[in-house]
Amino acid sequence: MRHHDTMPARLARFLVPAGVGLLFLGAWELLVATYDIPRFVLPAPSAIWESFVQNFGSLMTSLWVTLRVTISAFLLAVVGGVGLAILFSQNRHVEMALFPYAVVLQVTPVVSIAPLILIWVGYDNVEFALLILAWIVAFFPILSNTTLGLRSADHNLRDLFRLYGASRWQVLTELQLPSALPYILAGMKISGGLALIGAVVAEFVAGSGSGNGLAWRIVEAGNRLDIPRMFAALFLLSGLGILIFFGLTLMEQRLLRRWHESAILRES
Amino acid sequence: MSGKRPDAPPLLSLTGIGKTYANGIVALSGIDASIREGGFVSLVGPSGCGKSTLLRIIAGLIEADTGTLSWPASGTRPADIGFVFQDATLMPWARASDNVYLPLKLKGISWKQAEPRVMDALQRVGLADFANAYPRELSGGMRMRVSIARALVTEPPLLLMDEPFAALDEFTRGKLDDDLLALWQAQRFTTVFVTHSIYESVYLSERVLVMGARPGRILADIEISEPFPRGHTFRESPRYIEICAQVSAALREGAAI
Repeated sequence: MRHHDTMPARLARFLVPAGVGLLFLGAWELLVATYDIPRFVLPAPSAIWESFVQNFGSLMTSLWVTLRVTISAFLLAVVGGVGLAILFSQNRHVEMALFPYAVVLQVTPVVSIAPLILIWVGYDNVEFALLILAWIVAFFPILSNTTLGLRSADHNLRDLFRLYGASRWQVLTELQLPSALPYILAGMKISGGLALIGAVVAEFVAGSGSGNGLAWRIVEAGNRLDIPRMFAALFLLSGLGILIFFGLTLMEQRLLRRWHESAILRES
Repeated sequence: MSGKRPDAPPLLSLTGIGKTYANGIVALSGIDASIREGGFVSLVGPSGCGKSTLLRIIAGLIEADTGTLSWPASGTRPADIGFVFQDATLMPWARASDNVYLPLKLKGISWKQAEPRVMDALQRVGLADFANAYPRELSGGMRMRVSIARALVTEPPLLLMDEPFAALDEFTRGKLDDDLLALWQAQRFTTVFVTHSIYESVYLSERVLVMGARPGRILADIEISEPFPRGHTFRESPRYIEICAQVSAALREGAAI
């Protein structure tokens, strides 16, 4: 038995939110025109679009920088988080010794560590500092989710593996990691968004002249009171966040749809 | 029964087996029993009588605190023991065939070599057409069949079953009881079957060990010499009712002490 949305239902799921968005933009455009709101307070969508087209080159360069930092930080967070969680699962002492520090890393606001990291890495290498900061933010959800997931393997299945004389490696690869997959994917969905936030926040902290990412475009546009450009950069950031979220959701669906409850679509 | 040699050494012999858990509960005390090769023995008793604990001790999943467990016929615990849990306990991410393949895979046998055995095991439980299905696409009874196929794929000399059909509806359960007996008759693995159903234990077994709780112990050892295959004629016979009453009485006596 497989459950699929029918085509019209799927189309509606895309068309309805898109329609709401268009309606919202139309109302916005109308409001700005009717009340003659100045550009530096609230630019109309058409003005934002104009600015987007004008500054397309520099915006795309910045988007690429932010994207690069976000994706690298995210991938390193996945490798580091899953890797450390595996280490924890193999040795309770290592977990006991290190987990509190992972928590410290998580609860310390990234904004407060940013200046330190920037000094250590050097202002001539800001992108690397951004990468470290984004990684710190993105790392913990994957670590904690994977740790939980590796522990959640069915106890009877564990006994069965033991009965058949499975090695530690076999228990890890054949039982623990597959059991943990839904947890890891849930952690990745959180981390993907956090990596973007980390990259942007870190760039704000890095301050003037040092960054090239979208955050810096926003700061720069703000300083010049070029609000349409600010909005253009802001929309790009939102778009990027949405893209990351949907990309990871799609991956989750693909990987889990045949077997995990969370990914089963039900006809209602 | 033909082929039954009373003088042959038993597969498994338990003497004075006791187990106390860390919280002070005495799960088992002074268990003496021996199980012949190719036999079908049921352990029946109320919750908390330690029947699952005993099964786990036999499997080697936990150690007894006192007493000895020996294997007179083979000398050592068989390398292959099939175990079936109350739930099918399948890996939800793996197809039926991959679930059945598991014991062989863990032994390092390649899929190419294992495939005919896996397919044969699925065939024997009547699921040849469902090799590619995922567990959630199967009914409860079918999942249990996959679980039995997995337990039998290594052709173990010993099959341990821990209330395997307790979660199923009565019709499915009756069908699986019969299918299990057919497999047992064909392959003659020794079966230790834990259940809390008196009727199921009497219908299936050559021998019923009736257990009591606090501490877990054996109250009665009842032989059932009715020939196999048993079918509904046995289930409806006065002899069947009589043995059920006997098991029931042994349980009542145990509870009264």
